[in-house]
Amino acid sequence: MDTIINLDNVSFSYTHIPVLRDITLAIGEGEFLGVIGPNAGGKSTLLKLILGLLQPDKGNIKVFGNSPEKGRSRIGYVPQYPAFLRDFPINVLDAVLLGRLGETRWYGGYTQEDKNIAMDSLKAVEIDNISNQTIDSLSGGQLQRVLIARALASRPDILILDEPTANIDVRAEEDIFALLKEYNEHMTIIVVSHDIGFISGYVDRVACLNQTLLCHTTSEISGKIIEDLYGAPVKMIQHAH
Amino acid sequence: MTELFSAVMNHSFMQHAFIACILSSIGCGIIGTYVVVKRVGFLAGGIAHTVLAGMGIAYFMEGSPLVGAIVAAMFAAIFMSFVKLRWKQQEDILVAAFWSVGMAVGILFISKTPGYSVDLMSFLFGNILLVSKTDLLLMAGLDIIIVTIVFLFYKQFMAAVFDEEFARLRGINIEIYYTVLMCMVALTVVLLIQIVGLILVIALLIFPAACAAQFFHSLFKMMLASIVFCMLMTTCGLSIAFQPDLPAGATIIIVAALFYIISMIISAFIKRMQKKAAIY
Repeated sequence: MDTIINLDNVSFSYTHIPVLRDITLAIGEGEFLGVIGPNAGGKSTLLKLILGLLQPDKGNIKVFGNSPEKGRSRIGYVPQYPAFLRDFPINVLDAVLLGRLGETRWYGGYTQEDKNIAMDSLKAVEIDNISNQTIDSLSGGQLQRVLIARALASRPDILILDEPTANIDVRAEEDIFALLKEYNEHMTIIVVSHDIGFISGYVDRVACLNQTLLCHTTSEISGKIIEDLYGAPVKMIQHAH
Repeated sequence: MTELFSAVMNHSFMQHAFIACILSSIGCGIIGTYVVVKRVGFLAGGIAHTVLAGMGIAYFMEGSPLVGAIVAAMFAAIFMSFVKLRWKQQEDILVAAFWSVGMAVGILFISKTPGYSVDLMSFLFGNILLVSKTDLLLMAGLDIIIVTIVFLFYKQFMAAVFDEEFARLRGINIEIYYTVLMCMVALTVVLLIQIVGLILVIALLIFPAACAAQFFHSLFKMMLASIVFCMLMTTCGLSIAFQPDLPAGATIIIVAALFYIISMIISAFIKRMQKKAAIY
């Protein structure tokens, strides 16, 4: 398995308080990696470092053997919260088409091919029926799917999702993870989640993050690890699949 | 009405005034839409007021006030985009500082220029009846620049105003596109100062796009509607001001505000009808 994302001894802090310390992690092609950890444990920061939105204070990050700024064009990113205003005058299809930037021509409007790819992405997340609706009319779950479709529209090799199911109900959560499992057949997927018990049923490997990388294991996560991670016993809930 | 008509037929200054309304509406509608959806009306106001510094210095040095205005507006635009991108927390403070210091510098220079007093009012409130043929050519030129840039980079500007972070990830240089956008705001401000003056510029940037936003939910349709609204507002205001000899700039702004109020009422009415239709 080829390593496509490599973090070597990476540390980062926003102020004087360290957020991440000495993270070393290699992510291989075709992997489905879950990143778990408590709030303020540095999960989102780790993703932003991989995406080159933040620069590490120490250490080195390579994406496809390049700097994150160069490598990130092959990454599709689904943020935890939409970074845009909900009342922006844009419909679902146009929002998804933005995922074609960097892949399409530099001038004028989108090509027919772009529109076809954007529609395919909408079909993949099963919301092609609302392509003409404005984004302010969407539910939380629909908006989440729009964000995923936008990431898919760039035809990425890696899909990175930050808490993709934080704002939606259990039924929609299962749908989205089943969809991700399907995409994992030809795509590397990294997903940040707070729901430890739930994601372990889908991912190949789990990275537990609380400032430092406490473990990255392929086996089931034990109560002991969770206690180390959160500093308190956590009730594990069995999800039936 | 007939008097207005004959004035337009017989006096070139009236023809110029109406052509100026039409030409400035094109740039104003397009750029005003960006200002409204990106919510940078305050930044645009900062740029407008900094222009007085440029005009004042140009007057003092016996240069062209228009060149001074363009230089100051560009300088302010580049500074404002830097503020917006880098110092997000202190944005409002820095914009307010630029706003007032720009005015202060302008007034100091103008006060030390002999024979200033006539022009100060037309800087602040515009004088559409003094628009010359050269001004019209300049307006048309600015329109062509704005339309060309927006047409070529429509996707990139859309991404930059809609979702900065995602645009960056898709390889768009936010710093460059944002600065270019703010420079176009600056050019539009200079364009509009001729018509309504620098104090009233923000209103003409905001009202047409805000009216359009009530009825249209795509950026492109909003731009077209803003252009039409802006043409209606400026030409109506100018026509109303003519007979009782009211200041044209101020009249245009009042008309624009009335348009906005009426558009809100109509839009609320339409929404209510749609709700009713959905229930039954």
